[in-house]
Amino acid sequence: MGRLDTARLVRAIGRYGVLLALVVLILFGWLRYENFLGSYNVLSVLRYNSMFALVALGMCFVIITGGIDLSVGSTAALGSVVAALLSPYGVLPGLLGGLAAGFAVGAINAFVIIRLNILPFIATLATMLAASGCALLLANNQSVSVSYESGFTELGQGDFLGFPIPAWIGLVAYLAGSLVLNLTAFGRTVLAVGGNEDATRLMGLPTTRVKAAVYILSGALAGLAGVILAAQFGAGQPIEGVGWELFAIASVVVGGTLLTGGVGSVGSTLAGVLLLGLIFNILNFENGLGWISLSAYWQSVIRGALLLVVVAIQARLVARSDDVHA
Amino acid sequence: MADTATTHPPAPARSTARPDLRMFLTRHGAWVALALLVLFNLAVTPNFATWQTLNVNLTQVCAIVIVAVGMTLVIATGGIDLSVGSLMAIAGALAPLIFMGKLFPLPHLYVGIALAFVVPVLVAGAFGWFNGFLITRLRIQPIIATLVLFIAGRGIAQVMTNGNLQVFKVPEFQYIGLGRLFGVPFQALLMLVIVLAAAWMLRRTVFGRQILAVGGNERAARLSGIPVVSVKRRVYLISGLLSGIAGLIVIARNSAADANLVGLGMELDAIAAVAVGGTLLTGGRATIIGTLVGALIIQLVRYTLLANGVPDAAALIAKAAIIVLAVWLQRQARS
Repeated sequence: MGRLDTARLVRAIGRYGVLLALVVLILFGWLRYENFLGSYNVLSVLRYNSMFALVALGMCFVIITGGIDLSVGSTAALGSVVAALLSPYGVLPGLLGGLAAGFAVGAINAFVIIRLNILPFIATLATMLAASGCALLLANNQSVSVSYESGFTELGQGDFLGFPIPAWIGLVAYLAGSLVLNLTAFGRTVLAVGGNEDATRLMGLPTTRVKAAVYILSGALAGLAGVILAAQFGAGQPIEGVGWELFAIASVVVGGTLLTGGVGSVGSTLAGVLLLGLIFNILNFENGLGWISLSAYWQSVIRGALLLVVVAIQARLVARSDDVHA
Repeated sequence: MADTATTHPPAPARSTARPDLRMFLTRHGAWVALALLVLFNLAVTPNFATWQTLNVNLTQVCAIVIVAVGMTLVIATGGIDLSVGSLMAIAGALAPLIFMGKLFPLPHLYVGIALAFVVPVLVAGAFGWFNGFLITRLRIQPIIATLVLFIAGRGIAQVMTNGNLQVFKVPEFQYIGLGRLFGVPFQALLMLVIVLAAAWMLRRTVFGRQILAVGGNERAARLSGIPVVSVKRRVYLISGLLSGIAGLIVIARNSAADANLVGLGMELDAIAAVAVGGTLLTGGRATIIGTLVGALIIQLVRYTLLANGVPDAAALIAKAAIIVLAVWLQRQARS
């Protein structure tokens, strides 16, 4: 009884704590700044953060299985270069090219982790270097401008029904991700693998295939984020994406997903991304008011502090539920 | 990182059974690889066997090795330290602020230089201790606990300097990065001293054995009376201190401190050196000399490729392949 309640409490705070924090932050911004909830600000925040949201979605799945994917940042860079190189041929080749590049990196990750039996941490560290090397080679060490004639840039800069296209892509991906995680056999297996891999295998569930699938998914989503990056800034950028993996991990953790695997939620990850993204936005508004003048550099300090607060709370809750279990 | 099965016995028992080639390669693979690389370069790369080539390669590798020594100790306890690059940036940002007298007025330049050596290293050490505090007291996983300072640390360095490049020319301070002793770069000697001291400590002191015991089986270590918490805090403290020293070397070498760039990606270079060197990434078995060899291999592969006209980007791919190969060989040796 007590055990169930505490476990539920941990999960509830993990899941709704971040939503609460997000609502508080938005209320704060709305009351304090003019135009904070104006369409221009809201839409540009969504447009910019959609890339990070996609990367974090893949990371969320990987972390739920108990793994980690450090290669997403350079995979996104590789995706942006491939997409930019293919952009003269049209929207679709650019989009598919970026996706395929990410898919390939994900497949290599899956192979190294599962077949060669190497820790996800070190395997994806290696592919991070390799993907970055490929991106630099393909791009000839400079950014690759995209074609403006083919309409490729619409993927990053365009609107559909008054809503940025990258935000649509992110929204659809998160809806699909949430449905897959909660309502499909695949999603439940992802959770089961993270909870207890051996038990899952003994139950006859396809653990290997599921683990391979999450790394491929993470790679493909990072490739997609790269496509949006190229379209939004008009260039494929081989040196972008540095530190994205850690930003994504932070978003997932702030969203209440446990790094030990087995527990996690797609929706809270999105809230985590928006929370970390809004900090930058609010910092800009605050500087605009003129009371204080904090440079953009403060955002990483604040993000780090926020991450610290969240993991400290999480650690306390987990420790308490462990005590109850024992 | 979930499968931390660290209760495997030490290897000697089975190696006596069949001393075949594979066993030899997995055992001494790092040395063999280094020897092959040197031989290859002697044959192919022009001007390889010169004092200058040696110095170039040594100076490229010093900061990485110093950081990687701390990382080896951390990994030996079953942890990881992602914050090393950011701590380098903090130390690197702090030192010029001190000796240029921007923080507080200096009675004499030499006082400033002395403080610029001591204070940044201690500050980096304090941050390292903070990592250990998060990990032991709040029981946060090392990868997340050190992620906090990875993100915030560089921000702190950037805030301190407002993101500006600090250019300076202070030969007395820059001796740590540019000076030479008997024709050998001072930083290489410093690196050597640190490596030897750490290797001795890990093999011969109680603290060293405690580190390995904690990484091998934390529960058993605690039950046998080893002060696990204090051991862990000390390794993160050491990692912080060494990152601080590495930060000073890098800015002294460049005659400039750029908080945006100092130590960028260093955590990955250090982990790669540790992995290639043969330290078990799940903890419990570690070799400092191996880490030195690992760093030299990575550097020498890069040098070989660059010296023979291969672009730097391709060297990244080669580095990735080396890491995977090295860790895979380790796996083979154990299974």
